Amino acid sequence: MSAPAIELKNITKTFGSITANKNVCLTVNNGEILSLLGENGSGKTTLMNMISGIYFPDAGQIFIDGSEAVIRSPKDAFDYKIGMIHQHFKLVDIFTAAENVVLGLKEDGKYNIKDVEKKVAEISSKYGFDINPSKKIYEMSVSEKQTVEIIKVLYRGANILILDEPTAVLTPQETQKLFAVLRKMKEDGKAIVIITHKLHEVLDISDRVSVLRKGEYIGTLTTSETNEEELTEMMVGKKISLDIDRSKPENCEDRLTVENISFENSDGVKVLDDISFTARSGEILGIAGIAGSGQKELLEAIAGLQKFDSGKIVYNDPKSGNAVNLKGKTPYQIRELGVRLSFVPEDRLGMGLVGNMDITDNMMLRSYRKGKSAFLKRSAPRELAENIVRDLEVATPGISTPVRRLSGGNVQKVLVGREISLSPTVLMTAYPVRGLDINSSYLIYNLLNTQKEKGVAVIFVGEDLDVLIELCDRILVLSSGSVTGIVDARTATKEEIGKLMTKNSKGGEGDAE
Amino acid sequence: MRNNSSKATHEPLFHIAKRNAMVWWKAWLIRGASIIASLIVCAVIIVSLTHQNPLEVYGAMIKGSFGTSRKFWAMLQNLAILLCISLAVTPAFKMKFWNLGAEGQVLFGGLCSMMLMFMVGDRIPNVLLIIAMLAASVLGGIIWGLLPAVFKAKWGTNESLFTLMMNYIAIQLVSFAIMVWVPSGSSVMGLVNPGTKAGWLPDLFGQKYLINILIVAVLTVVMFVYLKYSKHGYEISVVGESENTARYIGIDVKKVIIRTMILSGAICGLSGFLLVSGTNHTISKELAGGNGFTAIMVSWLAKFNPIMMVLTSLLVVFLQRGAGEIATKFNLNTSLADILTGIIIFFIIGCEFFINYKIMRTNSGKEDK
Repeated sequence: MSAPAIELKNITKTFGSITANKNVCLTVNNGEILSLLGENGSGKTTLMNMISGIYFPDAGQIFIDGSEAVIRSPKDAFDYKIGMIHQHFKLVDIFTAAENVVLGLKEDGKYNIKDVEKKVAEISSKYGFDINPSKKIYEMSVSEKQTVEIIKVLYRGANILILDEPTAVLTPQETQKLFAVLRKMKEDGKAIVIITHKLHEVLDISDRVSVLRKGEYIGTLTTSETNEEELTEMMVGKKISLDIDRSKPENCEDRLTVENISFENSDGVKVLDDISFTARSGEILGIAGIAGSGQKELLEAIAGLQKFDSGKIVYNDPKSGNAVNLKGKTPYQIRELGVRLSFVPEDRLGMGLVGNMDITDNMMLRSYRKGKSAFLKRSAPRELAENIVRDLEVATPGISTPVRRLSGGNVQKVLVGREISLSPTVLMTAYPVRGLDINSSYLIYNLLNTQKEKGVAVIFVGEDLDVLIELCDRILVLSSGSVTGIVDARTATKEEIGKLMTKNSKGGEGDAE
Repeated sequence: MRNNSSKATHEPLFHIAKRNAMVWWKAWLIRGASIIASLIVCAVIIVSLTHQNPLEVYGAMIKGSFGTSRKFWAMLQNLAILLCISLAVTPAFKMKFWNLGAEGQVLFGGLCSMMLMFMVGDRIPNVLLIIAMLAASVLGGIIWGLLPAVFKAKWGTNESLFTLMMNYIAIQLVSFAIMVWVPSGSSVMGLVNPGTKAGWLPDLFGQKYLINILIVAVLTVVMFVYLKYSKHGYEISVVGESENTARYIGIDVKKVIIRTMILSGAICGLSGFLLVSGTNHTISKELAGGNGFTAIMVSWLAKFNPIMMVLTSLLVVFLQRGAGEIATKFNLNTSLADILTGIIIFFIIGCEFFINYKIMRTNSGKEDK
């Protein structure tokens, strides 16, 4: 038997204190489709980026066709006939498909775009692509753009193709078309790696499946000999006990009711699809789901940052007992209505804080409008900054340090501290422990728990199922913008949630027209 | 770890990393050293190209600005105007609104003043005339600054192109006005109201430019306070740093853009008034004389701090005047003066790189301080 197309031995990659990949071993053969399966943040993309020359491994070896390879740049990767199709396309909008295909190729002499188009047409007919080489990128649909990306790497003679979540942007029919093309390439002897977390696609397209979990290699199975249950278990792992103190919710009242909200983005894709739920005081409501299932849009819709097409969001004021509809309100108007809504967004330095401002000035973001004076009062924010630095043990040279100079955990402490200082009745947090070390993570869990015990309705969007199950009281699961279930966190299992996360809410392979 | 040796051959020798905050005196030491280095490089160029004594050349540059009382006051006047325009563009640039139209805003503001000065100059009391001119200039500057801001806020047009094109409109309007006003058909307008001095800012303590200078000095302090201590100034910083954060805390970004450009345009208009009424008493297409663009450099060099802008505009004016002086004194081409100015500014801007980044040898050690 010939040597495998790619063989990875003990690949390790760290970013700062975070280990993205740890001793990962993997083989891909020619004429085979391998699925790389894993949750968000399990290190799939990082691993593939090392093969395609975007990152360089800290330790370990890569063998291509049996001999050791040093891949320092995407150009090196091309020399080894490796091509990666990224999740975010890297195309020039105002160029045609053919122009994008030859872009960056170093060949002698002038390009004859007619020849290029002819060759593109040849590749298209060979594998069954449907593309017009002289069409401009900005006129193309997402699926056509993806086709151009695939042709781009085939034109460069790639034998090893890596596709990073290629179906995330495709309709079911487009997905079937893509799979037909991939099968033809496989018959042509190419080695294909497809990164995905959709189980039915794994079973549909691949020959073997390799599973990663939290940066570690779990195992490889032959697709025909496995099933969804086994794969889910490998992907989410056994339940780990985290010892988070969780009290029973008391005196729960309906605080925030979301009724049938829907919203389409500019491409006409339903990002939120008929979402309804209630967040109750004195309770932590977890939101689970694969990244990009609508979590961000949902929270932003509640915060008044995202307009939505239909439905309503009703806030029940605990003081007056009035119900307020938040639809169509700006964040400022929501605040003016007396709604005490705090929001720790996913993008801490890009949205929650201003990186170049110091801690004091960041404290003011929420409160600077107070008072009639045209001038700022920095004394109260300064005091708040000092309190937060002391109480949450923020490691900083002082309160006049720009927050971008703080480490990720300390940035988050500043942000969460500020949002809690507003004594909210609803506290929304999106991935509040992402990138944080263990101690900072527990500090955040404890803060959320304290808020819950004070009677705040806490909404916690998370990615680690172990944490969701141990911290939350109820867990709402989102899949492609729809609620696929709301489960009791005390009785739910990871497998159950994992299945809801990958469940196709439309019921199988329906038409998406 | 085994293949470390094979890896090393592919590693670059040096790499660049961001520094943590540097203590202020070290930063100033680097800045000082960079100025000395720039003077040495300039000296080499002076000697090799002109065979002059570089020290004499530098001496002449200093004399060009500080040599006589007349030169000194003229320098302060130039400084005041450049600083005034720099103060005008600062809030816009701090908000990341690329206002390249200060030139046109100054020119149109000046044109509004001149229109009143020329047309009703001798018919209304002087105090009233000057107040009316001031108001007209400020209003003119506002119109020229507001137009691109409204288009940006409402339809997302590109403000750089828009403001730039507005400059050309202002230039053409001035040309047209001169053509109408000057009967001989000459393209140069002489002093307006030389006899009555109607619409001229009066001398103060016998100094022609003192009013200009005092107005700009007050404005500098006001702008410093506005940006640092007012709620408006805070909103400008937030919008400039991150529009997402501004939305998140409920700042109306469009309102801030429009409000700030009204301010920016108004101060540009004021600069136009000072130039027409206080300095030139006439108008030409070159009224702003490129200061609308130089102001951008002054503002960035000072990191948008109005007090620091006194120093950076002084540096620029000093270099400009000194360059003119050595060109005439040593009978050199003005290009040499431009070369020297360019080298000095290059070093001053370049040294900021060494303040913000450090260069490290790869593999020279595990941890670096």
